[in-house]
Amino acid sequence: MALATARPRRRGGIRGGEAREGWIFIAPAVLITAVFLVIPILLAFWVSVSDWNGFQSPLNPRVNFVGLENYAAITVDTGLDQKNFGIAVRNNLYYVLFVVPLQTIIALLLAVQVNRAVLRGRGFFRTAFYFPSVTSTVAIVIVFQFLFTASGAVNAVIGAFGIDGPDWFNDSTGIIHGLLSTVGITQPAGALAEPGFLGISGWEWIAGPSVAMSSLIMLAIFTTSGTFMLLFLAALQSIGSEIDEASLMDGAGPARKFFSITIPMLRPTLFTVLTLGLIGSWQVFDQIYILGGTSAGGTISTPAFLAYRSSFVDLEWGQGAAIAFILFMFIIVLTLLQRWLLAERSPRLRRSGKRAAGQSGPVEPPVAVTPTPGNPGGTP
Amino acid sequence: MTVTVEAPKQVAPRLPKRRRTLGGRARTGMLLSYLILIGLALIYIYPFIISIAASFKTDAEATQDALGLIPETVTFAAYERLFGDVPFPLWAGNTLMISTIVTIGRVFFDSLAGYALSRLKFRGRAFVFAAFIGILSVPGVVLLLPRFLILQQLGLYDTYGGMIIPLLSTAAGVFIMKQFFDSIPVSVEEAARIDGASTFRTYWTIVLPMARPALVTLFILSFQGSWNELGHFIVSRQSPELNTLTTGVASLVSGQLGSGNQFPLQLAAAVLMTIPVAVLFFIFQRRIMNTTGGAEKG
Repeated sequence: MALATARPRRRGGIRGGEAREGWIFIAPAVLITAVFLVIPILLAFWVSVSDWNGFQSPLNPRVNFVGLENYAAITVDTGLDQKNFGIAVRNNLYYVLFVVPLQTIIALLLAVQVNRAVLRGRGFFRTAFYFPSVTSTVAIVIVFQFLFTASGAVNAVIGAFGIDGPDWFNDSTGIIHGLLSTVGITQPAGALAEPGFLGISGWEWIAGPSVAMSSLIMLAIFTTSGTFMLLFLAALQSIGSEIDEASLMDGAGPARKFFSITIPMLRPTLFTVLTLGLIGSWQVFDQIYILGGTSAGGTISTPAFLAYRSSFVDLEWGQGAAIAFILFMFIIVLTLLQRWLLAERSPRLRRSGKRAAGQSGPVEPPVAVTPTPGNPGGTP
Repeated sequence: MTVTVEAPKQVAPRLPKRRRTLGGRARTGMLLSYLILIGLALIYIYPFIISIAASFKTDAEATQDALGLIPETVTFAAYERLFGDVPFPLWAGNTLMISTIVTIGRVFFDSLAGYALSRLKFRGRAFVFAAFIGILSVPGVVLLLPRFLILQQLGLYDTYGGMIIPLLSTAAGVFIMKQFFDSIPVSVEEAARIDGASTFRTYWTIVLPMARPALVTLFILSFQGSWNELGHFIVSRQSPELNTLTTGVASLVSGQLGSGNQFPLQLAAAVLMTIPVAVLFFIFQRRIMNTTGGAEKG
């Protein structure tokens, strides 16, 4: 930066040295992004198609190109690696199926309630709901572990209703398996017992999230609903009171108004929240890492954690990179889908999206920019 | 659930002074609404309160009486251990230093780049901006292994440099700043530049002061983001001396899963590591939570 100050502008014209200055101004950001983001991704791609074993540089001449071998090992070749990946995908799939709808509904509920015009103490409520979103995942996981032990606060509360709570974070029972066992089904029958997609039997696929994973689902909802509440709140505030009044005059009932007016008006935000939730919950890593990742019979492992574990613990660098790339591609597809949907559905209302919120002359850009659970603002 | 909760909403008129005239149905609605909100707020706040309480309990009491708000025997043992056996001050020092440098770096580099992309005309500008937009969608979690690889190649693995430099700029920060500069009028700067001020001088003395709202936003995001960062510090270091609060406190958790009798220690660590972010949050509370609303009015 010293360069930019030291060199006096040429007297020539106002636009004189602009090209050079432009590049000097963006140089630090571009360099950091290129060296620590673009090049590393290319390097990791090479690792995913090589037999690098972690010794020396992945670029040394003794490392061989092995094509799609690493990808095959986790997806089509029968074995432990394929099974681990399959289980991780299943775990994450159930996580997404529960987290995304629940966090959206709860965030919307919170926003609608907090937005009430006559509500006293709304600042307090907003703070209460948003605070978990700014705290570190490490701290939240500790709090949740404490709450959800066998003799912990949660079991004490539900115990008051006569329910015998489980040892949450150590219970590997799938909740659908648990439900089936109450009607006497504890064993798979027929085709369900055969290994299926990704080497996992149909019986294992329908297990549902384990009790341990359910605790993490609650944790995710707890930490993200505040962020999404703010997005909904912003959108609700942009619906003018005229529309409220008009619907009142037209005699629309409260339920009718909510479903026929509020929800359609919120549609762009709803899309944003759903897709952001989808993108974020396929990236869940921090919580799993803090909990050790292999506890509860492997039922809390996710592809993101498995990518880390394969590389750094099992030293299967190629497979770890391959998992990361599959996840990468999948999330990019989701992101493109989001952008396409937002552009397609509501060209005029695009700015209710979190990133787009700064587009039309605001003075203060929003803070809630990266609501990825557990990693707010930390991603590039 | 949603329907019943919604029910009272429209009945309550917008003008506060007319509240007196509300009918019985509306009043029940309001009451119901408050009850729901207070119930939810309790669910959101109570975990934090009993965690703070439990950090002052003995190990046995924390395990047996998790719900109790007031410890039978108040003990500072957990905190003493954090500053005795556990190198908590070292972790806090590392985190403070790294977050400070990362925050300053991000605010400076991202605003510089955002300004150039918004105001300066140069070849390749559109391409660079498009590239930043593309990079916004790169999921952070898939960068763990790639980052480790490059840090090793560059000999930065397990150094402060390797922990800090990759975080010094983010595409999201550049994007926020560029959008902001696009939204403020160019006339003031034009005047300064006609008067002969250099581009950097214009940026430093005229543009940055005007950009305060966006800079504060970026400051909050960067500080909170780097204070809470975990993934990058897992893959960029291994020495215990380089532990940050996140990696250090996480190491208190893993390995002792289910043992249950370390809770006061873990909770004390969680409480202490949350304080700076909480302070920042309460100072900038209005800005953090109102800006999304403010942006809509634009």
